[in-house]
Amino acid sequence: MIEIERITKTYGDVHAVDAVTMTAQTGTITVIVGTSGSGKTTLLRMINRLEEPTSGEVRIKGQSTLATEPHLLRRRIGYAIQGHGLFPHYTVARNIGAVPELLNWPKAKIRARVDELLNLFSMDPAEFRHRYPAELSGGQQQRVGVARALASRPDLMLMDEPFGALDPIIRARAQDDLRRIHKALGSTIMLVTHDMEEAIRLGDRVAVMDEGKLIQHGTPAEIIAQPANGFVADMVGDVERPLRLLSLIPLSDLVEDGAAPGDALPAEASLRDALAACLWTGRNAVPVEHDGAVVGRVTFDAIRARAQIHP
Amino acid sequence: MSIGTILRPGLTLLLLALVLKPAWFAPVFAPLAPQGAPVIYERASLLSLSLSHLGLVAAATAAATLVSVTLAILVTRQAGAAFRPLSRTIANMGQTFPPVAVLALAVPALGFGAGPTLVALFLYGLLPIFENTVTALLTLPPATMEAARGIGLNRWQRLVRVELPLALPVMLTGIRLSAVIALGTATIGSTVAARTLGEVIIAGLLTNNTAYVLQGGLIVGLFAVLIYDALVQLEAYLARRTRG
Ligand SMILES: Nc1ncnc2c1ncn2[C@@H]1O[C@H](COP(=O)(O)OP(=O)(O)O)[C@@H](O)[C@H]1O
Ligand SMILES: [Mg+2]
Repeated sequence: MIEIERITKTYGDVHAVDAVTMTAQTGTITVIVGTSGSGKTTLLRMINRLEEPTSGEVRIKGQSTLATEPHLLRRRIGYAIQGHGLFPHYTVARNIGAVPELLNWPKAKIRARVDELLNLFSMDPAEFRHRYPAELSGGQQQRVGVARALASRPDLMLMDEPFGALDPIIRARAQDDLRRIHKALGSTIMLVTHDMEEAIRLGDRVAVMDEGKLIQHGTPAEIIAQPANGFVADMVGDVERPLRLLSLIPLSDLVEDGAAPGDALPAEASLRDALAACLWTGRNAVPVEHDGAVVGRVTFDAIRARAQIHP
Repeated sequence: MSIGTILRPGLTLLLLALVLKPAWFAPVFAPLAPQGAPVIYERASLLSLSLSHLGLVAAATAAATLVSVTLAILVTRQAGAAFRPLSRTIANMGQTFPPVAVLALAVPALGFGAGPTLVALFLYGLLPIFENTVTALLTLPPATMEAARGIGLNRWQRLVRVELPLALPVMLTGIRLSAVIALGTATIGSTVAARTLGEVIIAGLLTNNTAYVLQGGLIVGLFAVLIYDALVQLEAYLARRTRG
């Protein structure tokens, strides 16, 4: 559990972060979202003491971060940033193994861990282990950056706009990868983004910041359905609101018995996907499949009814 | 195939021949020597003069590198930033002082021989290395430096594992400039009795023997060109390894 208590950072007269209090439960993804200059990066960097707070405190598993020397603290916390920040003079393997090396893991264990992570990110170790960052695509560099942050199996991962530099398709894939890997590893993640879409897709909890203050902290559904003020509502966007809500709900929630024409959608797909399929192909219902077998259908009417119930 | 692949071995062979078998070139230089005067310099072996010349240059450049890089590291730390302008001024003064004046001033203190020459070459070598190293250390890729701190490298580890390796190609450019300047400047060391290839040139000037002047000049020039070229190759190789 990460407890942030009245943490504040001032630069001269600027309150970059203004008395933010927030708790993140173990094993969850918290996404901090806000416009540029709202203090997201400063907040994140105070957690691993890249920035020292003007006042306030951060506790990890009940222990103040001030109790550990900064560089030792950082070795226990994964850190991934926009533009990856890989070491250009290290191979992929040495980049990923950088923290385990600092922690004096035996060589064989580091090697095994590097290969395991490359596999996890769908990069063939034999092909990529010995490459230099310059010999990778942008998406691959980003994956290596995240793999480096994960290498020592940290309980806590901090990620600052990790997918900011990627094009939309690669970014969506990177987000899926992150969710999958998070499920497998169960670490606590705090991720910063300026993109509400990304926040809703990835977050178990979303924290909205504006001018250094925490405006709202809740589940994606709460943020969409009950924005705390006009700023949050603007971030969510009026037009996209119903669609964003539907994107949070899997088909398995609304599946009913019965047949429907056309191609089936997987049960984990969202109501937004089903709505799009209905509109695009002029159907009133789509079949739902689970493990390759059709298990029922979701109807257009049911989707419409669900969109009107705001949590 | 580039010009370099032919020129490089060609020039290397020419240099070796000039140093090891100077007699071969007697017919070439003969027209330039005064009537009855010797064509080929024989008062000392050209090999031993070359080695002593290169030794002086290497020692002075090594010392200048050590001092400049140390200084550059200190003034690029947060605590040392205040000294940056002052250290730049000092390094610049080393450069503007004419080497002849340094020799003249150093002889009374150090006596004749290699000492004053080493001092002059050392002072002359400081600035390019210092300036380049400072620039390289101040323009490292910010995301890489942020990540280096973020994953838990301490100051020393960041310097040794990240900053210096990434700064190396630009640093090496400064070392190359210093070394080549020193190769040329070392010739005047002969005026205060340092054993360098300048001895051949000065003997030529004193006796109006253009053959000597050309012989000494060619050898120094070829050393400069080949060493310059070798360091350029090394820089390019390192830059390829560290490209961002
Ligand atoms: N080192 C610094 N010195 C002065 N002001 C800073 C510094 N870092 C951040 N700020 C200011 O603090 C505010 C928040 O910045 P930041 O945390 O980077 O925002 P975000 O990541 O949300 O874009 C901005 O107004 C920024 O200009
Ligand atoms: Mg930011």
